[in-house]
Amino acid sequence: MKILVTVKEVAAVDDEFEIDGLAIDDRYVTADLNEWDEYAVEAAVQIQEAHDDVEVVTVTVGPSETDETIRQALAKGADRAIRVWDDALDDAGLLDPETKAEVLAAVAAEEDPDLVLTGVQSADDGFGATGVTLADKLDMEWGAVVNDLDLDPEAGVASVHRELEGGVEELTDIEIPAVLTIQTGINDPRYASLRGIRQAQSKELAEYGLTDIGLDASEIESPLEQTSLYEPETEGEATVFEGSPEETATELAELLAEKGVTN
Amino acid sequence: MSVLAIAEHRRGELRPVSLEQLAAGRDLADKLDCELHTAVIGGDVEAFGAKLNREGVDTVHTVDIGEEFNHDVYTQVVTQLTTELDPTVLLMPNSVNGLDYAPAVANRLDRPLVTDVVDIDAENGLTATRELYGSKAETTIDVHADQAAVTIRPAEWPTIETEGDAAIEAFDASIDESAVKSTVKGFEEVGGGDIDITDADVLVSVGRGIEEEENLDIIHDLAEALDATVSGSRPLIDNGWLAKDRQVGQSGKVVTPDVYIAIGISGAVQHVAGMKGSDTIVAINTDPNAPIFDIADYGIQDDLFEVVPALIEQFQ
Repeated sequence: MKILVTVKEVAAVDDEFEIDGLAIDDRYVTADLNEWDEYAVEAAVQIQEAHDDVEVVTVTVGPSETDETIRQALAKGADRAIRVWDDALDDAGLLDPETKAEVLAAVAAEEDPDLVLTGVQSADDGFGATGVTLADKLDMEWGAVVNDLDLDPEAGVASVHRELEGGVEELTDIEIPAVLTIQTGINDPRYASLRGIRQAQSKELAEYGLTDIGLDASEIESPLEQTSLYEPETEGEATVFEGSPEETATELAELLAEKGVTN
Repeated sequence: MSVLAIAEHRRGELRPVSLEQLAAGRDLADKLDCELHTAVIGGDVEAFGAKLNREGVDTVHTVDIGEEFNHDVYTQVVTQLTTELDPTVLLMPNSVNGLDYAPAVANRLDRPLVTDVVDIDAENGLTATRELYGSKAETTIDVHADQAAVTIRPAEWPTIETEGDAAIEAFDASIDESAVKSTVKGFEEVGGGDIDITDADVLVSVGRGIEEEENLDIIHDLAEALDATVSGSRPLIDNGWLAKDRQVGQSGKVVTPDVYIAIGISGAVQHVAGMKGSDTIVAINTDPNAPIFDIADYGIQDDLFEVVPALIEQFQ
């Protein structure tokens, strides 16, 4: 059985930052493995541990700078990694879910996985749509926002919980092969062991351009164009207590007493 | 040319975003000088259809298939309806279920998809406003296409309350059952504890800023000093530091206590959705730019590890 996990490097932005044109100035940005993808990697590795003969492969759309982040996933137990990048992707500007899914689908068609796991969304652009778009392109079944997964490979069914709004979960059986988008909280992602980190260095990280996976670079054109980036206007009218922690705590205690909060 | 908005319902209730979409849709339709259509799929379509008949809606399409949401069915129906009506903009909710079918529909119809929009305009081509980096930045996106699919963020538009005089039309969709590969078995309320945080008058709510599980002790101490109940934001529940039924937010509980004290909570939109109806909101956070201060009535912009112990002392 083969599980393909999409892994993305995302930009984490400091609390205070400056905007440079259409991007956050590099000084305020740290690269990291997308939080939702961490849970997807963990879900895949747990399936690998629970069943015989399961291969976990990660796939990333990103430049060579993302290799370090990809190695994090390898250190946590993925067997090998694939990374796709191309000048055409670099030039495309905003990569919309459809464009990303097109690239991922080309890799998935080659790998022919039984299960694809993606994070529900990415922490930076947060489209939340790549996984389901990918499923549809692959003509696979899917499930979005999965926070519990019980896989029965023999029966070909993934029994999942989908986390709906308002403290309600939907219980659904999904035929595999399928793409599942994984919600945080489904598991407890492991830290990479020192041994895992060492081993990750020697695991395969294949690099492909678009033509290597059968795509025509000239067709990569996102229909979405980002035209501005700005800090949202604050609408806050909060009364802010000033002073030392003791002073602000006293003011807050008085307010709470006024509101009838007492022990 | 038209705008089509797909409604959402669950367990017999039309979800509010269904009516919010009508406000967004009417505004778009006015700019495009066209009709606004809405559609409801499954459940008591007659009753839902009547509720969707609001001012500004030209036609309500009812599709009498199934009881609850199934993404395989929704994907087929919305694709067929959109093909039939050929709307300029297809609106869907940016809800968990919206994100479970909208991308597939957009892919099948070869329409660009913009998700989680907080504002939308059609005056000079279609433009959408989205948030990035966990609401720290906002961006405007130009959609270079004649037709598009958009999911709108819940609670960003008002609901239209006035009744309308829309035509109600049944739509016959043909479902390829062999393409229905998922079966909804039922629903489960998230449990875990014996406290109902929606009943609490005072909530001491804690977020990622608490850093370590051991640090929760001061939160419990504060709650005890205030005779309050402890709740939390998503990361704490994901870490297993608080029971699932203590989660405040879009995917957790919606709470409306008299006093809500948000400690070390940045105020991501998913969290705010669950607590903005509280009477008095107090925020304690080191980051003065944290979005929680936008909705707080009172704030302390300081280190919670200094403020909370000082506050406990005040009540002892």
